[in-house]
Amino acid sequence: MAGKTLYQKIWDAHTVTAYEDGSALLYIDRHLVHEVTSPQAFEGLRLAGRKPWRVDANLAVPDHNVPTQNRAAGIADPISRAQLEALDANCAEFGITKFDLLDRRQGIVHVIGPEQGATLPGMTVVCGDSHTSTHGAFGALAFGIGTSEVEHALATQTLVLWPAKTLRITVRGAVGKGVTAKDIVLAIIGRIGTAGGTGHVIEFAGEAIQALTMEGRMTVCNMSIEAGARAGLIAADDTTIDYIRGRPFAPTGDDWEQAVASWRALHSDSDAVFDQEVVLEAAEIAPQVSWGTSPEMVAPVTDQVPDPAQEPDAARRNGMQRALEYMGLQAGTPLCDIAIDKVFIGSCTNARIEDLRAAAEVIKGRKRADSVKLAMVVPGSGLVREQAESEGLDRIFTEAGFEWREPGCSMCLAMNADRLEAGERCASTSNRNFEGRQGAGGRTHLVSPAMAAAAAIAGHFVDVREFH
Amino acid sequence: MQAFTTHQGRMLPLDRANVDTDAIIPKQYLKSIRRTGFGPFLFDDWRYLDPGTLDIDPATRRVNPDFVLNEPAREGASILLARDNFGCGSSREHAVWALKDYGIRCVIAPSYADIFFSNCFKNGVLPIVLDNAALDHLFATAKASPEREAQIDLGAQIVSCDDQQFPFDIDTKRKQNLMEGLDEIGITLTQADAIRAYEERRRKEAPWLFRGARA
Repeated sequence: MAGKTLYQKIWDAHTVTAYEDGSALLYIDRHLVHEVTSPQAFEGLRLAGRKPWRVDANLAVPDHNVPTQNRAAGIADPISRAQLEALDANCAEFGITKFDLLDRRQGIVHVIGPEQGATLPGMTVVCGDSHTSTHGAFGALAFGIGTSEVEHALATQTLVLWPAKTLRITVRGAVGKGVTAKDIVLAIIGRIGTAGGTGHVIEFAGEAIQALTMEGRMTVCNMSIEAGARAGLIAADDTTIDYIRGRPFAPTGDDWEQAVASWRALHSDSDAVFDQEVVLEAAEIAPQVSWGTSPEMVAPVTDQVPDPAQEPDAARRNGMQRALEYMGLQAGTPLCDIAIDKVFIGSCTNARIEDLRAAAEVIKGRKRADSVKLAMVVPGSGLVREQAESEGLDRIFTEAGFEWREPGCSMCLAMNADRLEAGERCASTSNRNFEGRQGAGGRTHLVSPAMAAAAAIAGHFVDVREFH
Repeated sequence: MQAFTTHQGRMLPLDRANVDTDAIIPKQYLKSIRRTGFGPFLFDDWRYLDPGTLDIDPATRRVNPDFVLNEPAREGASILLARDNFGCGSSREHAVWALKDYGIRCVIAPSYADIFFSNCFKNGVLPIVLDNAALDHLFATAKASPEREAQIDLGAQIVSCDDQQFPFDIDTKRKQNLMEGLDEIGITLTQADAIRAYEERRRKEAPWLFRGARA
């Protein structure tokens, strides 16, 4: 019999009840909660007279809808304020640990979970947010759920799930200088498409993945959902264990030793069979820039905007034409000739300390181009912000004409005051370039932090490998 | 949950692939803490020419006459026809709430994003998968004859339209839950002893997993 994949091992270890139809009741170890997708779930609990099954499995933080400046003054928008107050009241009523808006540990839910050691290898982790896939970087089975499932997880500590298929994506060799985790995952999505991973859990493997820091691995797993996969996984190794050691919610003493021993054994067996395999050569991956309105519409920075006329498939051709019209781009335009209006460095994809260091390194001693109206840096958490300030990164950003903000989701989805105006073009380190994502009529180009920083200085996209 | 057994209604042909949940219900409406009231904002950016928020009365906004949902003949349509990878992107269940609140009881598409697909079943909205040939037929009918209705029989797993019948697959448990409008949490809680037994065993095997998130 063939060996088991990492996914199958975690699935089996969490099966409470296996049903005859192939579905299972799966135990949930960690549930992360934020203000946008939880109020209706808490209301559902109240209406049914139910309580959380295991209160201490939950950790809550406001992030989607929080202001990134003048925070001490409170939230001006009464509707946003009501949503944060609902989270406060719900967590207080049910006794759930929550980091308040003014807590130094507050931040994007997918940044603070790992940062606090609340995400551990072998866990099942859920959150009412599709980018929960981020936590798969720790070898945890982590996936986004809807609000009904948030309520189900709260009430029962389980979910009813059907097993996914498995897809292994191996990135062989080493990436070149200036090529980051973001470029790897964008290249993967460009290759397999936004539905390439639908129905699958992706396990990322290969030397280029193993060489990534935890921050880089989180960037890769974060965008699994943009490839259609509800979850991405990277097996735990020394990099993972070193990251977790000593974090507030991480195990200690004998528990730590026992945990580490179990994590080291938690990987796909060498004879495990995946439903699908994809292999990429790291050396062939260049810095990426998205040109359209879907993350699969992405190309190496050295390329040009593609020509829909060259696309044989009618549905895809229509999609490309529509995207170019929305983006205000002409086929054949070199990506490096595209001028930008705004720059956003942030989001659960790219707002960790390593991301800020990479951006700061590019801009050190330089100035934002006059044509760039706004360049903003939104750290992923209060602790990331503190760390960056202790390294002097905030001064590098502000001296270059960037705004240094307080942590939250910010202009990744533009629920708060940070947004693009119609027609504005943005170099963004976020994860979705959908129509209107960063503001109605806004035009998003997805790039790495270093590429976004370089674009802010040049006023247009540049190949960061040649930007000195 | 509202049960779904059979349904008959007119079709709304949304002939685009990769429709994401940001397009189904834009972010500004996610500030609501209710499950209802999203219908007027379904496909908001495509449907209106003026920008909107929760506190702007949609009746005061100019509608986009070129968007299919605004064609007078589409009023009251309850079956949404879509293309590949419908509902991709954000996990927001508000997308399903908006469809349901608008009056959509069933979506028919060749493929869906996983989270959206799962969210539909929690709200009594039936997502049917049919192949491209069947969808092409339904799209052609809906575009040419907006008044034409389709019939959906969940028990028999058949979509009927124009004397043609299109069988579809559905998971048995999801079908049963939909047909009976069952409370999934209530069903799971019948497994409470099994969940407790699992926790007891697991606490011994991997005690660190039960070190709570206590600040």
